[in-house]
Amino acid sequence: MAALQNSLKAIDPLSRDRRGSPEDLTTEDVTVQDSVSIPTPEASAAMSDPVSHDQKAASGGPRRAEVKDLSFFYGDKQALWGVSLPIADRKVTALIGPSGCGKTTLLRCFNRMHDLYPGNRYEGEIRLYPEDVNIVSRDIDPMSVRLRIGMVFQKPNPFPKSVFENVASGLWVRGVRQKSIVSERVEWALQRAALWDEVKDRLRDSAYGLSGGQQQRLCIARALAPEPDMLLLDEPTSALDPVATARIEGLMMELASMVTIVIVTHNMQQAARVSDYTAFMYLGKIIEFGPTTTLFTTPNDPRTQDYITGRFG
Amino acid sequence: MAYAQDLSALLLSGERRHFGASPAFLKRRRLIGLVMRGILFTAAALSIFVTLGIVYVLVSESAKFFAHVSIFDFLFDTEWTPVFENPRFGIITLISGTFMSSLIALMVAVPLGTILAIYLSEYANSRVREIIKPCLELLAGIPTVAFGYFALLFLTPIFQIFIPGLSGFNLLVPGIVMGIMILPYIVSVSEDAMRAVPASLREGAYALGFSKLQTALRVIIPGAFSGVTAAYILGMSRAVGETMVVAIAAGQQARIAYNPLEGAATITAYIVQMSLGDLPHGSLAYLTIFAAGLTLFLMTFVFNIIAFWLRHKYREVY
Amino acid sequence: MTDRTLQMPPSTMPRIDERSLVQKAKRSDGCFEIVGLAVLVVSMFVLLALIFDFMADGLARIDYNFLINFPSRHPGQAGILSAWVGTTMVMVTTTFLAVPLGVAAGIYLEEYATKNLINDLIEINVTNLAGVPSIIYGLLALGLFVQTLGLGEIVLVAGMTLALLILPIIIVATREALRSIPLEIREAAYGLGADKWQAIRMYLLPAARPGILTGAIVGMSRAIGETAPLITIGALTFIAFLPPAPIQLEFPFINFDWLFSPFTAMPIQMFNWISRPQAGFHINAAATGLILLAMTLLMNGFAIWLRYRIRSKQ
Repeated sequence: MAALQNSLKAIDPLSRDRRGSPEDLTTEDVTVQDSVSIPTPEASAAMSDPVSHDQKAASGGPRRAEVKDLSFFYGDKQALWGVSLPIADRKVTALIGPSGCGKTTLLRCFNRMHDLYPGNRYEGEIRLYPEDVNIVSRDIDPMSVRLRIGMVFQKPNPFPKSVFENVASGLWVRGVRQKSIVSERVEWALQRAALWDEVKDRLRDSAYGLSGGQQQRLCIARALAPEPDMLLLDEPTSALDPVATARIEGLMMELASMVTIVIVTHNMQQAARVSDYTAFMYLGKIIEFGPTTTLFTTPNDPRTQDYITGRFG
Repeated sequence: MAYAQDLSALLLSGERRHFGASPAFLKRRRLIGLVMRGILFTAAALSIFVTLGIVYVLVSESAKFFAHVSIFDFLFDTEWTPVFENPRFGIITLISGTFMSSLIALMVAVPLGTILAIYLSEYANSRVREIIKPCLELLAGIPTVAFGYFALLFLTPIFQIFIPGLSGFNLLVPGIVMGIMILPYIVSVSEDAMRAVPASLREGAYALGFSKLQTALRVIIPGAFSGVTAAYILGMSRAVGETMVVAIAAGQQARIAYNPLEGAATITAYIVQMSLGDLPHGSLAYLTIFAAGLTLFLMTFVFNIIAFWLRHKYREVY
Repeated sequence: MTDRTLQMPPSTMPRIDERSLVQKAKRSDGCFEIVGLAVLVVSMFVLLALIFDFMADGLARIDYNFLINFPSRHPGQAGILSAWVGTTMVMVTTTFLAVPLGVAAGIYLEEYATKNLINDLIEINVTNLAGVPSIIYGLLALGLFVQTLGLGEIVLVAGMTLALLILPIIIVATREALRSIPLEIREAAYGLGADKWQAIRMYLLPAARPGILTGAIVGMSRAIGETAPLITIGALTFIAFLPPAPIQLEFPFINFDWLFSPFTAMPIQMFNWISRPQAGFHINAAATGLILLAMTLLMNGFAIWLRYRIRSKQ
């Protein structure tokens, strides 16, 4: 058990060893993988069953959240079927799958986005740790969830305000309005989003004057400024050009050191590049979950294999 | 099989056939189409002629007026007494009445209308909206002369109980009534503008932890700003052009309107008053209504152009 | 290469009291909802108060005599015969003028017009005319029809004036109706080999008919209540006669003399009575107003119902 944990932890350093660009993934990482490529009986049992009892072992560390048997209904239509998934603390978890598989639906459950529209219903739980609270429960106000879990959307959506005001808006809404604190947090957030140098002279200009990639980084900064527990990224680079995409992917690894990230992406290579854990979804269910390298190199389920090799999706 | 052979023979023969439509038929059809297009175009172009007609009538009659009265006097004199021995023609007098009553109308309609528009676009569910919007339409369809009656004979006596200094003819009550009258327009145009704000902006706000009210005030209204402003200006234009309510309830006294508790004539009320009397065609008094009308037209024209520009501006931002 | 540190600097984010934030938000949202509803109630209250006021003041006055008497110096003997006959005649004229013109213009703008200067100008004009105060239309009619063309203060002129006034309404309604025709119908029409005018005449117009009808009703409802332009034209307020009847016993059985007759209308009669000091006339005004209200509310209500039916069919 301890040996397994250690070997899996050896995979963990992938997050530490990664440099800025995706190309820096060296064979060294693959070698590390090879050392645990022969799964022990318990480990293979753990990996074949996405909902394993030994969750800690499968996810290799403390969990920030856990989806427990979650089903979701758009009115009468069921979109998620008994989804269970651990979300490792301060790691990047990717949700991949063909379109319509429910990955965005699942993502939007985390911050109760579905509550904005009438007729939606959750069954099951998403537990947030360390509070151990079910955040999709009707007893929990969606706003309190959103105060802790931030989101970046597919298409950049800055508010019709200045750059500064955009980043500050999350703080303002949380009652943090003291100028000195706000300025400091805004600069910090823009630094973390690798946007500070580009906008520090135009903080008061309209956010719409920025390029697409810059606007998306602005949205990341905006979500980061209030220091959320978790950050949800809904295909954050699908509307951007490759250069902007690479920049944001580069951000992700170091962002994860501060905040748990769950990212939905239809781009498998992106998932392979940036995430620590990946869940493959299909038709509203989790088909397979595991450390990214395991999933991509030795997937257990044939459907995962098919998707990864591009047979469908 | 035979049919296919016939068909291919037909096609190969190179004859141009129209399968049942003779060339004569098609020619006639084309001619009718052109004629109809011409007729329809004429109907549409009529609108230009209407505008030209309005401008022509107003300008030509006003020109005759300004042959007798200097523009300077017209704009800056402070009394409007066109039928007196020594007539004075200070349009400012009438403008002040129009302005004061419209201002009161806006003071009622803008806050109420904006609140209602926010409520309809951000809070109300579709069932509530389905009920409210028709009710507002009914409100908008009530004849203005009925509102005039309501203002003079129902509301003014009631207001007089609470405001002792309120005279029988005043600007306050018709102003408030006009505010209620333009409320449906302001709500309708503002709400359209607010609903045009993309869902992504709304979701972004809620995802950050904004409350409904904060989203409405800090994201939606700034996002719909041009449209909402256009709504206000359209409302203003409507209030300025309103005739019957003020003609009935604001009195005919042409004076500089300082005090909303007293009545004052507006541009529109003046035109009505003059039209009721005996106006010899071509007399100076007759010409004054066109000069006043021209002033009114210019005012509303400017408002409408600004509102038009604003409304089309916001449609491009997203 | 930027410094990528694992270490998190000590957080500068102050502690936030989530619970109180959520509570405050709930309270302010709840508050606003109440305010919104209150505004709604106030507006509806005004509407109802107006209706009830008219009913209270005027309902009792409406009787058979009221409807068939001419105006009189004595309030008790006065009636609205000339007024409602005049209104009817003016409305018929208005509708006959405004609907064909408005529909034609709407068809052109929606189906034929390309993006060029003239068509843009026409569109701007229509939008502008929609915002011109009704009394300006009266001045136009006075200067042009009554004086320059020398037609005088007659039913035809009133019809023309009001038709111009409601033209934008009809045009917009026609355009909206055409715009909301499902693509399938258009494709089917052209697919059958129809040219533009045929498609419009045989397929599109019929499909747009309910929407156009709605617009026509809204326009008529607006025209019925219009007072200012009619006063400006010089419609008289004390008419103790009726325009000539449109139907006659000799050939050709219909005459159009009524178009050229002076007239009065209900809103004018109402306005005239309000302006008199005697309370008896005020009651008459209330009665007239009640009839006008009933007509406009019914017409608007019908239009709303029509629109609802159209929408639910789509």
